[in-house]
Amino acid sequence: MQGISAKIISRAKELMRDGTVNKVVGWKAGEFFYDCEPYVFETEESLDGLVYNRFCAANLSKYMIKNSIATGEDSLKVLVLLKPCDTYSFNQLLTEHRIVRENVYILGVGCEGMCDIDRIRENGFKGITGIGENADGKTLTVRTLYGDGEVVIDDVLVNKCEFCKGKAHKIYDELISDNEDEGPRGDRFAGVRDIEAMSPGERFAFWKGELSKCIRCNACRNACPACSCRKCVFDNNASGIASKANTDSFEEKMFHIIRAFHVAGRCTDCGECSRVCPQGIPLHLFNRKYIKDINEFYGDYAAGEEAGQRGPLISYTEGDIEPAAVSDKGGK
Amino acid sequence: MSLKKIALNELNKLFAALSLTKKVYLPVEKAGQYDYAPWEAGVEYRPEVLHTVKSAKSVFFPQSEDLVRYRRSGLSLNIECEAPEDEDFVIFGVHACDVKGFEVLDRVFLSDPADTYYKARREHGAVISVMCGRPEETCFCGTFGIDAEKPGGDIQSWISGETLYMEALTAKGEEIFSQLGGIVADAGEDDAKAVEETLSGHREIMKKLPLSSLTTEGFGRDADLLGLFNRPEWKELSASCLGCGTCTYVCPTCQCYDIREYNTGKDIRRFRVWDSCMYSDFTMMAHGSPRPDQMQRFRQRFMHKLKYYPDNYDGAFSCVGCGRCLQKCPVSLNIAKVMKKLGGAK
Repeated sequence: MQGISAKIISRAKELMRDGTVNKVVGWKAGEFFYDCEPYVFETEESLDGLVYNRFCAANLSKYMIKNSIATGEDSLKVLVLLKPCDTYSFNQLLTEHRIVRENVYILGVGCEGMCDIDRIRENGFKGITGIGENADGKTLTVRTLYGDGEVVIDDVLVNKCEFCKGKAHKIYDELISDNEDEGPRGDRFAGVRDIEAMSPGERFAFWKGELSKCIRCNACRNACPACSCRKCVFDNNASGIASKANTDSFEEKMFHIIRAFHVAGRCTDCGECSRVCPQGIPLHLFNRKYIKDINEFYGDYAAGEEAGQRGPLISYTEGDIEPAAVSDKGGK
Repeated sequence: MSLKKIALNELNKLFAALSLTKKVYLPVEKAGQYDYAPWEAGVEYRPEVLHTVKSAKSVFFPQSEDLVRYRRSGLSLNIECEAPEDEDFVIFGVHACDVKGFEVLDRVFLSDPADTYYKARREHGAVISVMCGRPEETCFCGTFGIDAEKPGGDIQSWISGETLYMEALTAKGEEIFSQLGGIVADAGEDDAKAVEETLSGHREIMKKLPLSSLTTEGFGRDADLLGLFNRPEWKELSASCLGCGTCTYVCPTCQCYDIREYNTGKDIRRFRVWDSCMYSDFTMMAHGSPRPDQMQRFRQRFMHKLKYYPDNYDGAFSCVGCGRCLQKCPVSLNIAKVMKKLGGAK
């Protein structure tokens, strides 16, 4: 991935120089090798700070809501770097009229899977100071204050990458990629089936354990490209349900369940919710459950596959499943 | 000052003995993450876990707590206040950064007029600190003059090999030792040497921490308030901030709270809950928010830590360098980046 990083920088600079774009939304190198920050580059020189490595998991699509809407500038053309999975979110936002397409230049970038620094830490590494990709292409050397070690890349992938949707960009103006599309990786619904197989009591206990860790920081909501309401009902003090409290009561579970329902049919399974959760709650499982149900009820559907598509939940056909199907499933 | 010792695999005896008379809070695992929770049989102390997700402050200043309940019966209104903490408890396993975090909260909550609920918990709570074993690359307590080797509290302790060495620093700490009786043994000269060896190893690691050269220069009481406030860099520093509350909720020193009411259907509960300056309704007033955009909210958080708090409390900073925000921000923004960008002699 280091190779295309240099190509990305030089191409972005070129596009800025020739006036095609005047801003670049990408990832900026941080304090450490892994804390790449979403960043708006406004000058050619600043692009030297752009980075594209194994730790650029953040999905930049949602930033294009605010960055594609001109505010007082005569001409706005913003380049955004999108990985294949990010393009689904971008398309979905286009479908929802939240991004001004003509102000955006999409530079699609190839991806070999992103690593999760927390999962590397879970492998027992502390004081991580550096990382090196080994020649075998399958392992990383982890350098730490307490000695070096090795991890298998597949063991430390971000959850969304463990179940990669495929290496094909669904929308772009230009591509920089060395990756062949090999289709989806793994069975992303396996985790959902495990939960469906639980008894209602086990299922309740599982989610109670996970959701009672919630600190109600709203990172999941704020990172979620499908959560793009200008004012969230939970932030609206006049709504009567605004709440900042984390409680072990059922209310906390309701927040996550309501949110999952609200994004059902629009969630592209980009995995940001689980990636950003400081408590490691597997929130993506809610979304995958609804995606799986939608697929089973209405036929396979992928939100964000194309811009402008009408999802099954907002298009009626006479063949639509009857609500009774839910109770026939025995609560699963 | 006499040194006591106990084998790490005997720690459960210590927790059990203390639990006879008081709750013992320590980092407890729940679905893969650690937070402070009461000890119960079967819970093991895991010294290799450096940080809980929420800092230890949550024991003294819980994320949410009921203050008052109102209930109407017929034509009368019953108002019931929650009683402040009146039972002793112990919090075990706090590192130097979080212990210093308590001091940051103390200056706010214990200054006149003292916060009744916080004060009661501080009075009833005893702190047993443990020196951090293996600091992470995100640690920078030294920047704020914190000595990780002397974690403080009522009893401070160090792990060397398979043994925990403890030293009482206050009367509360001595009282805990007297309750423990023979569960902790007196340490000898060899033990003191073992502790010294652990300390020197720790010292070497502290020197190697990547943020060890980060300084507070350019911040604090002597910094130019308006100069700092008006720095143009705030815009780019905050550009990708999601406006979530992660940094504030994992922080050991953030102390802002909101007071709200909740209709349970049976009564109205007035509760206090952590607030976050990252939120759009933070300090909302009748005219609206005084900080309508995210840049202003972001700036507020760091100005508070590095300028307003030092101005109000004799130059003390309200960051302890625990590094939680460095590890947890979903988009990798944090105080170290702010300090590097804005600090220095400017």
